[in-house]
Amino acid sequence: MEMYRSHVLVCAGAGCISSDCKSVQSALREHIEKTGLENEVKVVETGCMGPCDLGPVIMIFPDGVFYRKLKPEDAVEIVNEHLIKGKVVTRLLHRPVGSEERVADFGQLEFFKRQTRIALRNTGIINPESVEEYIARDGYRALGKVLSQMTPQQVIDTVKESGLRGRGGAGFPTGMKWEFTARANGDTKYVVCNADEGDPGAFMDRSILEGDPHSVLEAMAICGYAIRASRGYIYVRAEYPLAVDRLETAINKAREYGLLGENIFGTGFNFDIETRVGAGAFVCGEETALLASIEGQRGEPRPKPPFPAQEGLWGKPTVINNVETWANIPPIILNGAGWFASIGTEKSKGTKVFALAGKVNNTGLVEVPMGTTLREIIFDIGGGIPGGKKFKAVQTGGPSGGCIPEEYLDTPVDYDSLTKLGTIMGSGGMIIVDEDTCMVDLAKFFLEFVQEESCGKCAPCRIGTKRMLEILQRITSGDGRQGDIELLEELSRGIKSSALCGLGQTAPNPVLSTLRYFRHEYEAHINDKKCPAGACQALLTYYINPETCRGCGLCSKECPAGAITGEKKKPHVIDPAKCIKCGSCKQKCKFGSIITV
Amino acid sequence: MSHGCSCHAQFGREQLEEIEKLLEPYSGQPGSLIQALHKAQNVAGYLPREAQVLVAEKLNVPLTRVYGVVSFYSLFTTKPKGRHKIHVCTGTACYVRGASRLLNQLEDQLQIKPGDTTKDGQFSVDVVRCLGACGLGPVVTVDEDVYGRVNNGKLDDILSKYSRE
Repeated sequence: MEMYRSHVLVCAGAGCISSDCKSVQSALREHIEKTGLENEVKVVETGCMGPCDLGPVIMIFPDGVFYRKLKPEDAVEIVNEHLIKGKVVTRLLHRPVGSEERVADFGQLEFFKRQTRIALRNTGIINPESVEEYIARDGYRALGKVLSQMTPQQVIDTVKESGLRGRGGAGFPTGMKWEFTARANGDTKYVVCNADEGDPGAFMDRSILEGDPHSVLEAMAICGYAIRASRGYIYVRAEYPLAVDRLETAINKAREYGLLGENIFGTGFNFDIETRVGAGAFVCGEETALLASIEGQRGEPRPKPPFPAQEGLWGKPTVINNVETWANIPPIILNGAGWFASIGTEKSKGTKVFALAGKVNNTGLVEVPMGTTLREIIFDIGGGIPGGKKFKAVQTGGPSGGCIPEEYLDTPVDYDSLTKLGTIMGSGGMIIVDEDTCMVDLAKFFLEFVQEESCGKCAPCRIGTKRMLEILQRITSGDGRQGDIELLEELSRGIKSSALCGLGQTAPNPVLSTLRYFRHEYEAHINDKKCPAGACQALLTYYINPETCRGCGLCSKECPAGAITGEKKKPHVIDPAKCIKCGSCKQKCKFGSIITV
Repeated sequence: MSHGCSCHAQFGREQLEEIEKLLEPYSGQPGSLIQALHKAQNVAGYLPREAQVLVAEKLNVPLTRVYGVVSFYSLFTTKPKGRHKIHVCTGTACYVRGASRLLNQLEDQLQIKPGDTTKDGQFSVDVVRCLGACGLGPVVTVDEDVYGRVNNGKLDDILSKYSRE
């Protein structure tokens, strides 16, 4: 067996790949070979470690040293100084926001320290293409336990008692879903994984699929045993080709090792899995639309009831769960329902993976126990708002969710507390916005999204959201009218109660939520024709500050409308009648003299 | 019809033959329509009517259903794409970091709107809703290459780079 004195883990999550971690990895491997260390130091390519904004990142074990923002040129120093001489390369260490010191040990960084990684237990640690590494960390032991020591009903009872709720957004109790499907009539049943992570701003499922694909395979097989199904499908959105690749590699390896296919572990249990790729439709994240898509149809939702547990894929009883839900199953089986239920809050057990993005310092993935407060997630783990700007709101639940303003930052996060605040947990995407974001514009952005992605089948969504969008477009272009807010609220009520599927039913949420907490912004747009955040172009007046303008003339040259006049070295002036508010002048000005009011 | 000229995206007998070969595993399987369409589209980058007819025949599916699926999913296109396909991510995180400025710049410089291809067939521009690389927003991809933290200046450089190829 090979023994290494040191492991260099190179993060190859989606974010780091985009930052060219592959070149960093090649450089490390090259230099390790050059210095004859290849039998002492092992380089492992892992899935996402979490702090995506700092990529490319590596961790060196057994020390636990964390290096970030790496370039291929850094490889030589890391090998020579750290791996050979045992000296930490200080300039590559992370200096947390607001701290003077750099920190070497990743376990000392707030970003990592405060996390409890269950769904992400292997992501960032193992090589996702190695089934051996998965097995070494208790992989497939849960499946073994289930097949040799538990009855199908015991499996279902364990999942029920754990309190696990669907992590895709709806939060339906997973055990109950499995039980309904197990009890449904019919000999042919299916297990489906919803990997159509369409929420913009969410990339937790992607990281699990790319960093720990076997966890999903094992979980699906466990479910297959519990509900007596022998076939599973993983529906992955087409925008994640790497995830599809890693899954197919994992499936082939699992089959090779007898962990999928016929007679698993010699128990006579058969279960196999196939991938299915989407084609760019957000609505296919809705379970019935997803099933229609697997069947090769247009991804149009179907009325529920009947629910997939009764009539799902090809009309057969089907369990369909989200990637993160699946990832929680093996630990629940191994550690017991009581263990999982001891984490989290009364009605929301376990942990949740959140994707922090937007105006926040530490963008990336974090997994914390349910009940952690928003403040802790955004400020302690997330590092707060960059550029010294002020926190305005956190948008949760993607286009189906809403925003939460500052006064509720101390809310412990769980399914019910977020619903009370007028939003939803959703997939776990948290987009932080600051003082420069216009909440009306944000609501409009989400409605544009919904309009594009609406399947068109039902009138409330197809037509209703269009009417709402038109109102928001008028408001943000300076054409808002008295009664617009009331009309938006009326439309919202109608759409919520009559749309066919979750997409339509939740489409009004961003509007209702921003109206609840930022009504004054809507009123400013409509009554005063002003955008308090300074974001809606049509409502801004561009103005050159005569005290700081040097008269260099760059702006007037840039102006496509000829709206700026002035003599050389004398303050210039913008003619508001000619100004088309394109913002080019402000971008060009080197002295910050052009402001918007 | 569209801005793109088809001369760079050849579609003729050769392409049809290649598609026919790729469709073999899906022969007579209506349920594999989406997978089959992905394979077919990879050949020339788009799905003209002839390609759809071929898929319909091979899979034993009515042409109307093939067209219904092609027109529903945003990744299927009946318009030829450029030599280089630019995708701007307009997911929430990228939007909040200024993705719309990048779209405006592309419209200015290339004179096309998202969904179209430049007259010389060099570039096509599309929006994509979230690539899952939110930590690096705003994100722009050109073919297989991913660019993070793109601002107007960086976009200029990106366009220059691919204009030459």
